Amino acid sequence: MLIKTIFSGFGGQGVLMMGFSLAQSAMNKGYQVTYLPAYGAEVRGGTANCTIAVGDEEIASPVASEPDYLVVMNSPSLTTFQNKIISGGTIFLNSSIIEARPSRKDVRVYAIPCGDIAQELGNIRAANIVMMGTFIKITKILPAEDYLKSIETIMGGKKKSVTEINRKAFAIGFDFVKN
Amino acid sequence: MNKILMSGNNIIAEAAIRAGCRFYAGYPITPQNELTEYMAEHMRNVPGGVFIQSESEIAAIHMIIGASATGTRVMTSSSSPGISLKQEGISSMAACELPGVIVNIMRGGPGLGNIRPAQGDYFQATRGGGHGDYRTIVYGPATCQELADLTMDAFDLADKYRTPVMILADGMMGQMMEPVIFKKPKPRKYSEKFMLKGAGAGKSKFIRGLILDAIEMEEHNWKLERKYKIIVDNETLHEEHRTDDAEFVIVAYGTAARIAKGAIKRLRDNGMKVGLFRPITLWPFPELKLRALSGKVKNFLVFEMSTGQMLEDVRLTLQGYANIEFHGRPGGVVPTPAELANVIARHYDKKD
Repeated sequence: MLIKTIFSGFGGQGVLMMGFSLAQSAMNKGYQVTYLPAYGAEVRGGTANCTIAVGDEEIASPVASEPDYLVVMNSPSLTTFQNKIISGGTIFLNSSIIEARPSRKDVRVYAIPCGDIAQELGNIRAANIVMMGTFIKITKILPAEDYLKSIETIMGGKKKSVTEINRKAFAIGFDFVKN
Repeated sequence: MNKILMSGNNIIAEAAIRAGCRFYAGYPITPQNELTEYMAEHMRNVPGGVFIQSESEIAAIHMIIGASATGTRVMTSSSSPGISLKQEGISSMAACELPGVIVNIMRGGPGLGNIRPAQGDYFQATRGGGHGDYRTIVYGPATCQELADLTMDAFDLADKYRTPVMILADGMMGQMMEPVIFKKPKPRKYSEKFMLKGAGAGKSKFIRGLILDAIEMEEHNWKLERKYKIIVDNETLHEEHRTDDAEFVIVAYGTAARIAKGAIKRLRDNGMKVGLFRPITLWPFPELKLRALSGKVKNFLVFEMSTGQMLEDVRLTLQGYANIEFHGRPGGVVPTPAELANVIARHYDKKD
């Protein structure tokens, strides 16, 4: 097994945290992982992305030629990456702010209004965790409980209310789609 | 031991501190800033640890020279343009036979270039870089685990041969995160007689690179050269990946070698028997091992994120023994494994 995913969006939407939490939880589960952030003159409001590889043997290249999954949180990211994804791959998009839909017919698309859902929960910053709920449900890279445990470790220092809202956000994202 | 998910820059810093580095001086530059930042945060937590953000790269290298002369384990780090500035000091360290570790997290060049990963500093690193007859031991790690292990080894080698050692990685290695396990560092072996400890009983010591008498300077040069010969004979490291049945071999180091491994996977899935020869020490270059491989493989392709620098070492090694092709992406471009696989497939078909 070797799964490569690109997470992309505005800086501040938590796309690097999505990638980091996936890598961390997959590592805790015993998988080989690499986390490759795009870096540069990125600023809050600019674009950010990262590539995560999860495998059961040594990961040759942390660079993805044709990622299996693409998670896009804003429109420019969809434009940038939609043609990179492998035929038969899956795109997860934040339909709260992305109006366009991929023109390709050979990929599955999940449109999740994760921004709106997070807003209803009382914190727009949980939008990335809503998306991770859907992502984990569909990709089945690891069990939901393992992912949630890792995210709690990562957020360790934060208030209990953060843990609660993350759990809620994740559950809504998870239940938003059918298997 | 638990695995920790850490970025390459942080791993180098943590490995250095665990290896007993107690003096770090550096000046910020992307893409190695996290290394300096980590040192700023953690050096103060170890007894005797000193962190200095110097006024310039030149100041940083000379600060570590001073600290090294006192017998302290020292490190400085920068990225390409900053490493150019440090060359005067690296030459001095070689001349004065002072140990120290210099980290270069390469970016696009020449000049200020850009901040993307590149491998254009191979010549500078392996040919000495500064002025005068000297060499620098150069490690080219390709995984985060290697960053941890080789950083620790770099301090041991620097002490063993009393010479500067360089870690040559690039922006991708610095920024990437992978699980890492820190090994237990070896106890330090470095004689007190090389340390300047201030006035006291005993003979006075003198460390200098200025030797005005030409005959004396010549003797110093030959002494250094004899040392470099011993290093060449004893310290080369390399990795061979799937070369057992290979009919075509890629030669690549660092990030380029990672991409090559990805390409090899794709090519093998399509029935092409491709392997990888990866130098881990860039100087000394693992010449004999590579030439030995040419006994059974006749087609090689050098892949670098430069216009072709390690290519010259491969030519020195294989010219007359095998065919040598080249693929390069300089300037901060990180090609995908698919791209490299396409290039190899073209050459694979026309071999013989």
